[in-house]
Amino acid sequence: MSAITSGISQTPEGAERELENQRDAARGEPPYTPAPSADSRLAASLKDAAMTAAVVAVLTVFFFAFRTDIAVGGLNLTFRWPLWLSWVAIAFAGRFLISYFLFRAPERAVAGVSKSTSVRPAKRFSAGKIFGIVMLLAALALPFILNTLLPSHNRYLLDLAILILTYVMLGWGLNIVVGLAGLLDLGYVAFYAVGAYSFALLAQNFELGFWVCLPMAGFFAAMWGIVLGFPVLRLRGDYLAIVTLAFGEIIRVVLLNWTDFTGGPNGLLGIPKPTLFGLEFKSGAGSFAEATGIPYSPIQRFIFLYYIILALALLTNFITLRLRKLPIGRAWEALREDEIACRSLGINTTNVKLSAFATGAMFGGFAGSFFATRQGFISPESFTFIESAIILAIVVLGGLGSQVGVVIASVVMIGGIELLRNLGFLHALGFDPTEYRMLIFGLAMIAIMVWKPRGLVSSRSPSAIYKEKKKIGADLVAQGEGH
Amino acid sequence: MSATTSAWMLDPVLKVEHLTMRFGGLTAIDNLSFEVGRGHITALIGPNGAGKTTVFNCVTGFYKPTEGRISLRRGRGIDDAAVEELTKSGQQFGNVANGSVYLLERMPDFKITEVAGVARTFQNIRLFGGMTVLENLLVAQHNRLMRASGFTFAGLLGLPGYRRAAEAAKDNAITWLKHTNLLDRADDPAADLPYGAQRRLEIARAMCTGPALLCLDEPAAGLNPRESAELNTLLRYIRDEHDVSVLLIEHDMGVVMEISDHIIVLDYGKKISDGTAAEVRNDPKVIAAYLGVDDEEVDAVEEDLAAGLPHATSPSTTTQAQESRS
Amino acid sequence: MEYFLQQLINGITLGSIYGLIAIGYTMVYGIIGMINFAHGEIFMIGSFIALTAFLALAALGITFLPLVLLIILIVAMVFTALWGWSIERVAYRPLRGSFRLAPLITAIGMSIFLQNFVQVTQGARVKPLPPQVTGGITLIDQGGTVVQISYMQLIIIATTTVLMIGFSFLISRTSLGRQQRACEQDQKMASLLGVNVDRTISLTFVMGACLAAVAGLMYLLYYGVIDFYIGFLAGVKAFTAAVLGGIGSLPGAMLGGLAIGLIETFWSGYFSVEYKDVAAFSILVIVLIFMPSGLLGRPEVEKV
Repeated sequence: MSAITSGISQTPEGAERELENQRDAARGEPPYTPAPSADSRLAASLKDAAMTAAVVAVLTVFFFAFRTDIAVGGLNLTFRWPLWLSWVAIAFAGRFLISYFLFRAPERAVAGVSKSTSVRPAKRFSAGKIFGIVMLLAALALPFILNTLLPSHNRYLLDLAILILTYVMLGWGLNIVVGLAGLLDLGYVAFYAVGAYSFALLAQNFELGFWVCLPMAGFFAAMWGIVLGFPVLRLRGDYLAIVTLAFGEIIRVVLLNWTDFTGGPNGLLGIPKPTLFGLEFKSGAGSFAEATGIPYSPIQRFIFLYYIILALALLTNFITLRLRKLPIGRAWEALREDEIACRSLGINTTNVKLSAFATGAMFGGFAGSFFATRQGFISPESFTFIESAIILAIVVLGGLGSQVGVVIASVVMIGGIELLRNLGFLHALGFDPTEYRMLIFGLAMIAIMVWKPRGLVSSRSPSAIYKEKKKIGADLVAQGEGH
Repeated sequence: MSATTSAWMLDPVLKVEHLTMRFGGLTAIDNLSFEVGRGHITALIGPNGAGKTTVFNCVTGFYKPTEGRISLRRGRGIDDAAVEELTKSGQQFGNVANGSVYLLERMPDFKITEVAGVARTFQNIRLFGGMTVLENLLVAQHNRLMRASGFTFAGLLGLPGYRRAAEAAKDNAITWLKHTNLLDRADDPAADLPYGAQRRLEIARAMCTGPALLCLDEPAAGLNPRESAELNTLLRYIRDEHDVSVLLIEHDMGVVMEISDHIIVLDYGKKISDGTAAEVRNDPKVIAAYLGVDDEEVDAVEEDLAAGLPHATSPSTTTQAQESRS
Repeated sequence: MEYFLQQLINGITLGSIYGLIAIGYTMVYGIIGMINFAHGEIFMIGSFIALTAFLALAALGITFLPLVLLIILIVAMVFTALWGWSIERVAYRPLRGSFRLAPLITAIGMSIFLQNFVQVTQGARVKPLPPQVTGGITLIDQGGTVVQISYMQLIIIATTTVLMIGFSFLISRTSLGRQQRACEQDQKMASLLGVNVDRTISLTFVMGACLAAVAGLMYLLYYGVIDFYIGFLAGVKAFTAAVLGGIGSLPGAMLGGLAIGLIETFWSGYFSVEYKDVAAFSILVIVLIFMPSGLLGRPEVEKV
């Protein structure tokens, strides 16, 4: 790629779009070059591999070749040259294969820039819609499917499904703020925490149950959304990001240190479990088992929790889809597209921003109180910045503003990484995947973004139709704050 | 400038008095006063950098003027005394004898559109590019729909009142799409439209807010002659059928001279001429400002205009010259 | 008064470290307009390289302290610079010209990756290093209250001052600095005028990483304990400092760093240690609300 095409970043939308197309076409190797002969291809790939190996060798020498450990009388330095050399070799081999078979592979006629159409007519039953319906049915039937197919892993997988759904719900909540309204929020976990702590404190101090506290937790989180949203309204882009991050950290530090109220680092214990019309999932009197005559099994509680989070997530989705077609949702999207134009149309952007913050926060609060009731225990540990980052990553990887994208990204990022744990053959190789979980998570974030910068699902469907529904390509859709 | 009372002074919809805008040490607008007549198309012209867009930004609330009063009068025959009274009362707007008065310099930008009924377009088009043409027009009807949706709650439940309002909004949008020849592009993203269509869409969107005064910032920029002619028709239609007064900034003298009822010429933040097309066209100060100053004409021109004037565009006294320019 | 002076010295020292990291943020933000979230991690990597190099030198039998410090300074700068270069090459360059959130997400991904990479390869436990530079100058000593500036503090403040002067010179006087400023203004135009934009951006990351490595070494020597997690908080604080000072402005980054360092130290000294981060972040929020472009930033004029 020439310096000119790769050196441009702040270009107008149109040029940027063209640039992206060019970049797609040019990824790996400049187009228009004749296919290299096999010899030069091999030599060039070897050269690439040698370069990569050299860089990896220098980068990792202090991390693979040496290791410092606490020992008697200070730090002890151990040498691990074989480890270092084997990673350098892996880098060499990996880069060679990639270069030889991908980057320097004979050109498959990259004849000019392929023009992707930015507008596609959507069919009545689009793939997305069918996919959504299939997923919904699968989600509804999941406990039964698991029960029949994998009874041995039933509980673990159900727990994982609950975890994924929690992230789906959080992703959908944040999608309102980031995807629709275009306000970059790096402190979303604060509202998750507010929801969890509201429920836990209400339950402990006033002996209230889950179903009473749930709306209150959402309400409190929404209030906090407004309180935190108010001062940051005037800020744009990265300033907004950093201030929301700061707010997230402030709330966590306060939770950590206000020991009398929040239990400090020890957190809050004994948070009540949700009940089904007053029936508890346990053995004995007043329980679900007694009332229905179904014999008690611990899995029932998991199934119940699963359906609660599924219902909450679906509610979030339903309300979001509904709001998109209402003036408020359209104003959110208009705000993302152009704030000044919004103001010129008489839209009070303060209210629009606050409503986005509050709505997103409310769903975060719901998810938080579900988290509290599921765990039975909460502490500030669960509400670190990394949670905000994961949720934001899910939204962006899924494709900003896309509801289905959030689901796919959650399943891939949370489910995929979690399933690594179970790859038993890796243990046999002396490789413990759990240790590398976050490492792989980080790598996956980079890889997916480089591969698809606009996220997995990157088209927008219009909220109002005159005659024909057409999908709008992400290249036309603005990304909000930052201009 | 005619000393006699002109048509626009009788019943102005907008009256700008002693408007001054300073940015740091730079005075962009200097003690500017003018009227926009009710039901008129008024053009604000002047060389580049004369302060036209700054006037617009003051009128529409994007800038807070350093000094001056900008009063918008809705209703017939509101006298200056009523405006004076409202000014003293310290309120932003209020009802007076025959209508209501809005002191725009006191109001935030979105309120000016929402309450006072001033809509605007932008020099560099500002559409919601990733939203469809129809959606753009629905966003413009936000406030009305917001009330109809019971601030979202009734809308969320899908109550019939909201559904009726939503239908009405869509009908209104479709009406405007018809008038701007955009109906067949209704479901396309706004960013996909050609330039001229984007300009028309921006006007349609501004009209969907239901304004009393429409402010257009260079609506004919980048249009070809056919599109310019269509624009003229559209603006006349807006003025005549919708009872909306139009204030526009324009460099295309063909458009300006043809449709304007009243022209105000700015240079260096000051008004140098104010009158009908014919009056302005023959005003030596205007010619000087646009063309620079000839040796013989020096005496006829004010001293402060004499030094190094820009002469970017060149309307001359003859119509042929105007045509050849564009 | 003595207590105040002592806190002032401590605050300036801490602020110098923040300032050094903040410069990296501010330069990268200035040139490509993104928050390099992984920059805190680069600082952490720098301190780990310095620690390992120190122990390796000890194993080789080199113990003459000034020489050791000089060598590990150079080693840390060179190796960390390569990290900075590689990160830009792998995670940011492919996304240049893409939409704004993409590089932010890769930066967060990179930050997660680097933290865990160091945790996996070096272990999660803290690494203590006994103080190497000891002693100091006693400024005031009256009736038990002592105000002292340690040699380590002097080294940190002096190094920071020298680097700041050097950098100001680099940015304002050299061809590289001019190219950087040109890219900040308009990358397309700069590339049309023959500026190698890719190279300039790479060099910006390299310079930022060098300064972060210096900060990492200083942190290691000053506090004597590091772990894989120090990058996050230091990074957020340093970014706060950069924003506080006015992002894009080098003196601003230094000033912001000093401000954050002082606020934190005084807050811990006079109020409570637990809430020192809250104090720093609250100041950030307050400054941004009333002065959205920071202390030394250019005010942003809304173009209509």
